Amino acid sequence: MAHRSGPSGFLLTTYDAAINWTRTRSMWAATFGLACCAIEMMATGAAHNDLARFGMEVFRASPRQADLMIVAGRVSQKMAPVLRQVYDQMSEPKWVISMGACASTGGMFNNYALVQGVDEVVPVDVYVPGCPPGPQSLIHGILTLQDKVMSGEIVR
Amino acid sequence: MSDTPNVVTGDLEAPTTEAPAEAESTSSETADRKREVHDMWVAGTEEPAWMRSYTDEGAQEILAAEDESAPELTRGTVVEDDFIFDDVADDDELQILNMGPQHPSTHGVLRLHLELDGETIRRVKPIIGYLHTGMEKTAETLTYMQGSTNVTRMDYLSPMHMELAFSLAVESLLGVEIPERGQAIRVLLTELNRVSSHLVWCATQGTDLGAVSMLIFGLRDREYILQFFEKVTGLRMNHNFIRPGGVAADLPDGWEEDIEAILQKVPQGVSEYEELFNGNPIFRDRTMGVGVITPEECKALGVSGPIARASGINWDLRKAFPYSGIDKYDFDVPVGKHGDVWDRYLVRMEEIKQSLGIVKQVLETIPGGDYRTTDRKVTPPPRKRIDESMEALIHHFKLFTSGFKVPAGESYAAVESPRGELGMYVVSDGREKPWRLHARTPSFNHVQALPTMMTDSLVADIVATIASADPVLGDVDR
Repeated sequence: MAHRSGPSGFLLTTYDAAINWTRTRSMWAATFGLACCAIEMMATGAAHNDLARFGMEVFRASPRQADLMIVAGRVSQKMAPVLRQVYDQMSEPKWVISMGACASTGGMFNNYALVQGVDEVVPVDVYVPGCPPGPQSLIHGILTLQDKVMSGEIVR
Repeated sequence: MSDTPNVVTGDLEAPTTEAPAEAESTSSETADRKREVHDMWVAGTEEPAWMRSYTDEGAQEILAAEDESAPELTRGTVVEDDFIFDDVADDDELQILNMGPQHPSTHGVLRLHLELDGETIRRVKPIIGYLHTGMEKTAETLTYMQGSTNVTRMDYLSPMHMELAFSLAVESLLGVEIPERGQAIRVLLTELNRVSSHLVWCATQGTDLGAVSMLIFGLRDREYILQFFEKVTGLRMNHNFIRPGGVAADLPDGWEEDIEAILQKVPQGVSEYEELFNGNPIFRDRTMGVGVITPEECKALGVSGPIARASGINWDLRKAFPYSGIDKYDFDVPVGKHGDVWDRYLVRMEEIKQSLGIVKQVLETIPGGDYRTTDRKVTPPPRKRIDESMEALIHHFKLFTSGFKVPAGESYAAVESPRGELGMYVVSDGREKPWRLHARTPSFNHVQALPTMMTDSLVADIVATIASADPVLGDVDR
């Protein structure tokens, strides 16, 4: 993406592919654990499921070092501004996975306290269903995101 | 402002002879405020002055020092065991540090407002509500049959205990008896849940102190238990398996082998942790004498569970108010002595072993029979009957659409969750939905006790103390 003034189209596409490939293979996630899903996110990073297979085991505490925000859990009205701020602090390119029913739609809590879907606050690339999604579901979501990045579906 | 809580009474419009004496001592500022109060409130209904400074959410500011009428307990000055500095710094020199709500060591979305004097914490203010889900309100819109779906998501590290407390409260209103097999299954699952919760505690305590490999180890051993839960309930977490009237299903075939495998693997892991922790000078230095809380403070602040036991209070609801026939099993309650992080570590490690002991006894002694009550007003008919009988089909349909009615009344049931006393208070007005549900959750009280544990200790001890309190923010905020 960086240099659009390449001499030929052929070179340009491979460059894109190479960039996308590097992006997918070192996608660092910001720790944004909120509720139940955060425990499953931790389980995904731990021994049995081993997120390191996808170059993603590095969970960054600082959003400025992160590429991916996994919103794991229910987002309350009080938490929404914080979430948006963390998202804004992340440097481009950045992606968002909405993990679980609560983050995606509010889940079973259709009440005064919860934001009915985190896509009201930040743009979401992949929704992972489940309550909570198991590690396999989350890995599937991550692989889906990697596919989308590779195929250039998400342009940043 | 005075130190003692004083109530603004209705003397505003009717000055008496005593009034001038009071007016002399008050400044014009006070008079302004009184006028403001007078404009805003009907005389006599004003909120007390001492409340005024506390009802404000106060997330962005800490109370001014002269308004500080918070108990000396919170300041830590009356605590003999704490790490006390005699020279109290001027408030202007305190550095304000915000920790959370998005911080990897605050166990979710806890936010701490810290006032630091160099490396020493002078004041701590936990700010909660970042995970407030309105579950108690949601519970009023769900039938009793759906209710455990809701409560299980409160404390997501011990969902079985949440379900059990809710079910016990509803069952005491219904007056149903659970068959022995159902009770044994409940004990089996809750004790396994205690082990898995303590394993997560192990993982996070280690990680917060810098031993990142503990995260891998703790979650590795927890996974064995979760796999068993998935086999039994269909879900790894938030099971909705223990329901009013019993449990959702019988244990699957071959569960004995799974339990035997767990009983073999998990103690191996636990002894591995002990090997890693016990002799580790860094772990010892960072936990011994850190985050001390005395038995008196525990009682004053409503602290229960492993934290209270680590400070020397021999109090376990499984012994004090046995539920689900847990008194039939033989187990010990570990009690600490110093009330510091190290003792909490020892207590929890021992609890894992004791809980596994209970699981082993359940495995050996589990009776046959029904796993849920045979009261047809509460329990749906067996699946086979639905194919045969129209009435059974209608009954099943009615139970799952409108639910069962619970006699009017109120009940409180408490269980010993991995974090402490977990109580469910259910008020019924005779319908099929609770009129009110309140959860008395242990983490809430433990967060409240954090200032007592932390005040006048060092910044580096914050994460050790939070991790040892093991708060689950879903449990705090609900």
